[in-house]
Amino acid sequence: MPAEHFPVLLAVVPLVAAPLIVVARSGFLGWAIAFAVAAATAAMSASLLARVTVEGTISYAIGSWPPPWGIEYRVDAANALVALLVSAMALVAMPYARRSVTAEIGQERQYLFYALLMLCLSGLLGIALTGDAFNLFVFLEISSLATYVLIALGRDRRALTAAYQYLILGTTGATLYIIGVGMLYLATGTLNFADMAARLDGVADTRPLVVGLAFITAGIGLKLALFPLHAWLPNAYTYAPSVVSAFLAATATKVSLYVLMRVYFSVFGADAVFRDLPIGPVLAVLSVAALFVASAAAIVQKDLKRLLAFSSVGQIGYITLGISLGSATGLAAAMAHVVNHGITKGALFLLAGAMALRLGGTGFDRLAGLGRTMPVAAFAFVLGGLSLIGVPGTAGFASKWALVAAAMGAGQWWIVAAVLLSSLLAVAYVWRFVECAYFREPPAGAPSPGEAPWEMTAPALAMTAAVVALGLHATPVLDAATRAAAALMGAGR
Amino acid sequence: MTNGGLALAALCIPFAGIALVLLARRKPDLREAATFATAAMLFFVVVSLAPAVLAGERPSATLFEMLPGLQVALVVEPLGWLFAAVASTLWVVSTAYSIGYLRGNGEENQTRFFVCFAGAIGAAIGIAFAGNLLTLFLFYELLTLVTYPLVTHHGTDEARRAGRVYLGVLLGTSVVFLLPAIIATWVLAGTLDFRTGGILGGRVDATAAAILLALFMFGIGKAALMPFHRWLPAAMVAPTPVSALLHAVAVVKAGVFCVVKVIVYVFGTDALAALGGAGWLTAVAAFTLVAASAVALRADNLKRRLAYSTVSQLAYVTMAASLLTPAAIMGAALHLVAHAFGKITLFFAAGSIYTAAHKTEVSQLDGIGRAMPWTMGAFAIGALSMIGLPPLAGFVSKWFILTGAMATRDWLAVGALAASTLLNAAYFLPIVWRAFFLPAPERDGHGHEAPAPMVIAQALTAAACVALFLFPGLAIAFARALIGG
Repeated sequence: MPAEHFPVLLAVVPLVAAPLIVVARSGFLGWAIAFAVAAATAAMSASLLARVTVEGTISYAIGSWPPPWGIEYRVDAANALVALLVSAMALVAMPYARRSVTAEIGQERQYLFYALLMLCLSGLLGIALTGDAFNLFVFLEISSLATYVLIALGRDRRALTAAYQYLILGTTGATLYIIGVGMLYLATGTLNFADMAARLDGVADTRPLVVGLAFITAGIGLKLALFPLHAWLPNAYTYAPSVVSAFLAATATKVSLYVLMRVYFSVFGADAVFRDLPIGPVLAVLSVAALFVASAAAIVQKDLKRLLAFSSVGQIGYITLGISLGSATGLAAAMAHVVNHGITKGALFLLAGAMALRLGGTGFDRLAGLGRTMPVAAFAFVLGGLSLIGVPGTAGFASKWALVAAAMGAGQWWIVAAVLLSSLLAVAYVWRFVECAYFREPPAGAPSPGEAPWEMTAPALAMTAAVVALGLHATPVLDAATRAAAALMGAGR
Repeated sequence: MTNGGLALAALCIPFAGIALVLLARRKPDLREAATFATAAMLFFVVVSLAPAVLAGERPSATLFEMLPGLQVALVVEPLGWLFAAVASTLWVVSTAYSIGYLRGNGEENQTRFFVCFAGAIGAAIGIAFAGNLLTLFLFYELLTLVTYPLVTHHGTDEARRAGRVYLGVLLGTSVVFLLPAIIATWVLAGTLDFRTGGILGGRVDATAAAILLALFMFGIGKAALMPFHRWLPAAMVAPTPVSALLHAVAVVKAGVFCVVKVIVYVFGTDALAALGGAGWLTAVAAFTLVAASAVALRADNLKRRLAYSTVSQLAYVTMAASLLTPAAIMGAALHLVAHAFGKITLFFAAGSIYTAAHKTEVSQLDGIGRAMPWTMGAFAIGALSMIGLPPLAGFVSKWFILTGAMATRDWLAVGALAASTLLNAAYFLPIVWRAFFLPAPERDGHGHEAPAPMVIAQALTAAACVALFLFPGLAIAFARALIGG
């Protein structure tokens, strides 16, 4: 396969796969095609990341129309990393999906599920790789529309209201984004990010541009579940099918976070956003509120998936906190947490899905005594939970270390304190699971379920192993994150 | 095998032991044999490192790069060797004791017990041989987590509540105080390696040094400096072998070990003295020392009394380290050893009493010495060592600490030591007196000794208390090597 076309193929291959699956009209064929596509995108992303690490930024002109007139796909150390996270998560989810989807979604609708998953993958990869503000909007809508339907496929009827809620808020977010882009276009006459950056140099603090930036911040803030714009997330993650929860938790908000980083650091530039405008303090305050409010809310949830969802809102706060520092080290910490938290949450949602399969749900009442009935899944879940806390030896520790070091470097001592104190709340919500699984007796009369089938357990354990491996040897992720931050800050400047 | 390889092997052996224990989980005798074999092997590996360390070599091994520029690395220096030697020696003894205790009391989940126990020893070795603060922190947190299932072993509501306190205090202090202290050290000094003379000297001013020292000292919650001592009495809900090895030796010694290590190798005693010293730390430790003794005096539950005695004895080490004089540092290192042997003897005796007579309160012990002469004899030796009387180990370490305190004319420290010696006598001697001189209640006619493995274990540790007084040469040699003498 011609390697120079990888940037566009990453988005196009899953996009083409979706109608193919619909034509095939078979759950099994749909799964097989989706599996193959996920493997192909993961391989292409890995190859791209390796290439940009050596060669630097790759610019790909769609249809050979040179930028800024044509649509440019621009791959650097930042978005190649995000693309790898997205496609690798899709790949890990595929062996898991077969059993999980069979259990949760009717036979006649399964092929549609895989088609939508492919659309969603295409959308997320397109957002990550495009260098064009409007093209980004198109892929944002593709991924969002697919996501609404995927969530609605959940077994619980409340999935419908969750999807509807997300539809309203997600569409609002996308609309705000496109209004912001419109303002930028009016002011600069271009939609190409790199070109826009060059034209904004030095004039970014004019009124229309500031308003445009505000619209984009609010719009993307909705999509990435920035506190207090996170209302859609808990329901969506809780009621979506297990595979979808895992895939979205690991990727969807992360891609939106990447977009925010791209707009702030590549298009406007750190100086314009964080020195000339009060975005840093605003973002920091909202992030800290997320750390405490969402983590505290997680403690009192009655359902494990919902607990994880609130935990996600809190953990996203760490990422936006890193962004709010406006420095290269802060950005690198944020990027590292995008990867580390993506992997951690992916693993945890996969495990929660395995529990749901055996127990019929993830309410804490059903999980009692899990340490005895599903010992492997329960122990792996605890390991993943330790990463949410940031215990050394897990991936979460590495990004927390980077974030605290960055905050210290910036002299922001209250951020240091907030990050560390809030991790105690994570201890509390993780230990709710521990006490439920290990200190309570299994519900009387319930059948002893045993572990989930190996097709589901193996991917979940593989990701848990990655959480530990990337905690003990965090250098690859932290180095990649540092390169990504450099690319974000250097691009177009 | 090179000495660096031996250090690495020492770290790996307990974790390999976990695998063996799991493999043999269906055959209890084989499982216990696996623990024994592992413990014995660890003991020999640690002992075989002694000549090289005494000769001035620092065996080291680098495992992998955890964070950019920061390796997980092992370096065996004299203090670490002492700690590892104490932990591995007592692991062998306490394994015998645990087998007697668990079977004698019909405890459940014995495999999990031995797995976590081996994990705790592995973490303790990791702490002992840590070559830098990051490695130390990694194993420090591992030790907290792997001992949690041991503390909550019984799975009761009481155990769960105690587990919350245990985890809350230890994880809380380490995350909120210790971690930022380590990261700040990294930001300020650009290294986290333990170096003779410290790494912070010349890089921080007096204010920053004082703040960092406070973060380190309160962050090391395992050293149980007041007000972060509550986890230790809470942990007494665990089965007695856990209290004995972990909450008298591995976990708490890991705490004071970290305290001494940070003062000697991160700040450097001379550099810290030049930056204004650690007078407040002496005061806090002196307060902890006396206050904990006072609480122990009033505790009727035997294990609770021992727990507060531990809090008090840990403060000896912290106080000695805070004096910053060579003799006091040596005293701190020696007390780490002396207290380990004395306190484990006391806990062993407490567990024997519980197993044989099902008694937990001091007020129930009237006349028990006649039914259990070996147990109460060992208890008496341990108690006298705690008070610091010759011919027992506690005397040696207290001698050095007092010498160090006198050398700096630190009358607060001297006074605290004197007061606590009296208090120690006041809360230990009545127990011995009760056991041997008061008549046993009528209904307790059927007294007998504890199972043989338990009796042998406590006799061995009591004998070690005497031996450490008679032949303190090796321990003193290591303590002297620590201060570079």
